[in-house]
Formats: sequence, C-alpha cells, structure tokens
Amino acid sequence: MDILSNLALGFGVALSPYTLFLAVCGCFLGTIIGALPGLGPSNGVAILIPITFTLGLDATSALVLMTSVYYGAMYGGRISSILLNIPGDEPALMTTLDGYPMAKQGRAGDALVLSGVASFVGAFLATIGLMLLAPSLARVAFLFGPAEYFALYLLAFCTLGGMASNNQAKAALAACIGLGIAMIGVDSSSGLPRLTGGNLHLYDGVDFLVAIVGLFAIAEVFFFIESHGKGSSIGVKLEKVGIPWGDIWSTKWTMLRASGVGFIAGILPGAGASLGSFMAYMSEKSIAGEKGGFGTGVPKGVAAPEAGNNAAAGGALVPMLTLGVPGSGTTAVLLALLMTLNITPGPTLFTERPEVVWGLIASLLIANVVLLLMNVPMVKIFVKVLMVPAWILLPGVTMISFVGIYSLSGSYFDLLMMVGFGVLGYILRKLDIPTVPVILGILLGGNMEDALRRAMTLSDGDVTYLFSSPIAIGLWVAAIAGFVAPMFLRNILRKPQAITD
Amino acid sequence: MASDRIFGLVALITAVAYIAAATQIQTNLFSGEYLPKLFPLLIGGVAAICSLFMLFKPDPEPDWPAAGSWISMGVAVIVLAIYAVLLKPLGFILPTIFAAGILSYQISPNARNAALSGVGLSLGLFVLFKFALGLGNIVAYRIPTPAKLWDAISILIPFVGH
Repeated sequence: MDILSNLALGFGVALSPYTLFLAVCGCFLGTIIGALPGLGPSNGVAILIPITFTLGLDATSALVLMTSVYYGAMYGGRISSILLNIPGDEPALMTTLDGYPMAKQGRAGDALVLSGVASFVGAFLATIGLMLLAPSLARVAFLFGPAEYFALYLLAFCTLGGMASNNQAKAALAACIGLGIAMIGVDSSSGLPRLTGGNLHLYDGVDFLVAIVGLFAIAEVFFFIESHGKGSSIGVKLEKVGIPWGDIWSTKWTMLRASGVGFIAGILPGAGASLGSFMAYMSEKSIAGEKGGFGTGVPKGVAAPEAGNNAAAGGALVPMLTLGVPGSGTTAVLLALLMTLNITPGPTLFTERPEVVWGLIASLLIANVVLLLMNVPMVKIFVKVLMVPAWILLPGVTMISFVGIYSLSGSYFDLLMMVGFGVLGYILRKLDIPTVPVILGILLGGNMEDALRRAMTLSDGDVTYLFSSPIAIGLWVAAIAGFVAPMFLRNILRKPQAITD
Repeated sequence: MASDRIFGLVALITAVAYIAAATQIQTNLFSGEYLPKLFPLLIGGVAAICSLFMLFKPDPEPDWPAAGSWISMGVAVIVLAIYAVLLKPLGFILPTIFAAGILSYQISPNARNAALSGVGLSLGLFVLFKFALGLGNIVAYRIPTPAKLWDAISILIPFVGH
C-alpha cells in the first residue's frame, strides 16, 4: 500500500487544473515537435528547456510540462515514421519497417491508431514497472560508494557505445570528446581553472544545453542544406481514421510481451530505447516465424516496436532516477532538464524529495492518458504538420534555438559555441560517430570524475580500491562485456535496414 | 577511408595536445598534486588509442555532399556566426530577418519564399516571444552606435577582437 499512498502524493502534486492545462499544452506541442521531420524528441525537448527555464515556472509545473512534451514527442515521432518512412529518432526506425508498408496498403490511419495504442500500453506498463522497481533499486543504490559509481558510469558509456554504434572505437572516441569537454572550467577542489586556454568565457565550463542544441538542432540545419530540403513532404496520404478494434485485440499479447522486453532493455544503463524497440521487434518476429510476414506491413510489426520503444523509455527512467545514469539520448535530455531545475537524481531523491519523484511519475501517467485521448481524434491535425516546408521550419527552429540559448546567459560566446557544436555534430554524424555519447559525457563527466577522485582519496591512491567490492567487480565485468560482446554479435544480430521505395 | 584517417589524425593531435595541457593543470594544497590531472589524462589516453584505431582501421568513405552544398553550408556557418554576435547590439528583429532569410534560401533557393520566411519568422517569433512568453528583455530591438557594432563584429576577426 506504500505505492498507492506515494502515488496519491504524486497526483496531489501533479493534478491541479493548472498542471492539467500544462500537460495538455505540452502533449500537443510535443506531438507536433515529434511529427516535424528533422525534429526528434531529444531535439525538441532540448530546444524548449532554456525557454521553459526563462518562463519562470516552478519545478513541478516545469516538470509536468516537459515530461508531457517528451512523451508527446515520442508519440509524434511515429507519425513521420509511418507516413514518410522517416524515423524521427533512432528507436523509431523499427516502426518504419512495418508501419510504412502498412500505410502504403492504404491502412495509414489504422497503423497510426494502433501504434498510438501500443505506445500507450508500453508506456503505461513501464510506468507501473518504474513505480514497483525504482524504490527498491534506490535502496540498493545506497550501497554504492565512489568505486561503484565510477564503474557504473563506465558501464553506461560502454553499453551505449557497444549497442548504439557500428564501430567501438568511434563510440569510445565520442564519449571521450564529451568527457573531455566536461573537464573544462574551474576545478571544484582547487578553485583553479583547468583546460580553459586562458579564455574567461570558459571558466564556467561548457553548458550541456549549448552542446545538446548545437549537436542536435543546428547540425540538422546542415543536413537539410545538404539535401536542399528534398524528400521531406512526400509520402502517403491519410484517408479516413477509425479505430481498428480487431487489430488492437489481436496484438494484445504482442504488446504485453514487447512491453516486458522493452522495459528490461530500458533498465540497462546506456542501452536505452533503441535496444528496446529492436529487441521487441526481433523477438516478435521470431515468435511469429516465417508465416508472420514481418516487414510486409502486419499490425504486430507496428505494435511490437512501438510498445517496446515506449516501455524502454519508461524503463530508462529507473537508472536515471535512482542512480543518475540515463539510458538513452532522450533520457539524457530529461536528465539535463532535471539538472536545470536543480533536482539531482540519485537514491536520496526518493527519500528526501518524494514529491518530485512521485509527481514526475504521476505526470507521466497523466501525459499518457492525455496523449491517447488526443491522438485518436486529432491525428489528422498532426498529419497536417508534416506539410510544413523545410525552408520555413529549419530557419524557425534555428532562431528559436538561438533565443533559447541566448536567454541562458545573454552571452554571444555560448551562441558561437553552439554553432561550433552544430558543425561538429554534422561532421560526427557524417563519419558515423554517434553523438549521444558526447552529450552523455558532458552531462556525466563531472560526476564520473568526482567518483574517481573520491575513490582515490579514500584509498590513498590505491587503484585496486576500484575493484574492491562485489558490486564494483560485477559492474566492471558488465561494462567490458557490454563493450566487447557486440563486436562478435554484430555478424549474427544484424539490424534490419530501412525499406527504400 | 580518407575521411576517417584525416579525422583520426586530427583527433590524435587534439588528444596529445589535451594530454599536454592536462599535465600543465595548476594544483594547490587543497586539491593535491595529481588528482585534478588524473581524469583528464585518462580521457586523453583513451581518446588517443581510439583515434589510432580510426587511423589504421578506417570505415568506408561516407557520401560527402557536392562542392555547391559545401559553399551553402559555409555561408550558413558564417551567417549564423554573424547573427550570434549581432543579436545583442541590434536586437532580435533585424538580424533575424536576414539570418532566417539566408538560411531559408540555402535550404531551398527561391528568393520570394526566402524573403517571406525571413520577415514572417522574425515578426512571428518576436510576437510569440515578447507577448506570449514574456521574453521581451531578450528579443528587444535596439539601435546601436557604430562603435558597439564594430565591437561586436570584431569578435569574429582573429587577433583583433577580445
């Protein structure tokens, strides 16, 4: 009954007419952001964080608004996946495999509604899983000392690099870029500047929001210039939208299984939503066998990755809230949001500020229900958004990014740095170097170094202290396995490629 | 092949420079002699190893855009950099008309659409930020003195600005 009383506390915080209004606004805005081609969830949330911050909302309202935007963007992402065959972000790639063929058969409306229901089921079950699992994991997290935390951060970088990239060296290099940038600034213990090159603007360090907006949003502009905005507004027409009860009923077990698989994948630090949707799709494909017709536009192929993806997003919140280690790009952005609101995730968050945790969980549930109710009748409006031409959308996004980042510190230096990160993001993505480890490195670099330094201080410089407890050894083994194993598995578990017309 | 090798080489040089800079980190009594240097040195070391891998085991060449697109992207970077320094002395509206217009033209070369999206975005976002979101202090419009304008532009010129 502990959970119920906690949940009541959460709803007490998050459920007022004002926050409900914010949730509806956030869901609407988020779905549009997710649906816009070239503006994925991490992108959209990152641009909105500084603007929300300057609006002067209190922590709970800001949290409700941004989680609604976050969930909304996850919902909206599938619209461009299904209708345009353009995944809004990496996990949505699996949805295009069956969603786009289904839309080409003239069942675009069915695919959209079915994926909406699957998203709801996945996200709802994952939120319940989060409620059950997170408090107990938070208790385990109290056993974590600096050595364990260092190993945990390492695990996050290793699994992220291992799973999300095609080349281990490139993923590790990306993590090093992020960590290296995080070291810039005034050192907390000595009070002396480090690696600033004498530049006064760098004494405060590099704000992660500058990096996120630069790497995601500004880099996108260069991609659109390269392609001259082509291929953005062609696709499948949406005829009529009904509720395909038959498809929903026939995929109920698929949704449940995919949610379970996705949730477990999401809990692994660093692995995140891409792995969740991938595993959910692949396991359903193998259960259905050859006769299942996966890849030709079957309802199960739409329901499985969507439920898995959203369940993984919920699962990724477990390590994020209890240990402060995000599981994916979008949770990394959500962690950035919490840090901007001066909320530090970790085991103490559950005991010291339960209203924040349970308020967040309650707002996730609220956002979920609002989205389901909003998506079925309003899907046609959201589809209209896809028609916005790139030549007006991308400049608009750029200008909003500039104002948002400018509002952080009012300094031209941050803006120039953001443009620099945009160029870097373009080059990195061209060279197939993942950008999410860069973000994660900037976000977690300070904490990771703190853990190492405290471990070294406690042990008086003895390196073996890092391997001194069973938990730490386990994490080290998992980290090495997570980094090395994909090299051998890559030939066996090949990612399905997107369908081309 | 070549791109990976070039990037690997650049990364290797950066990593070595980073390690060199890390050894020069100032320390004092509170921080101890080696603790502030330890983690940066580790990062630099791992980065150097990774860039060696990129140098010697490069992936296939990506599809780089044609020369025309490079010029467009170069123009976009310069426009964004100028926009960044002019946002403070000139305010929001005037620089945004030009920056948004030029960006729009780079994405889809149609002068009328570009002009429309420049003016439309500038005024539309101004109204949105000032009246709907209350960010009037950020998107105000100003008339600068020539000296302030020169101050802003000179930031972008190496060795002249501050």
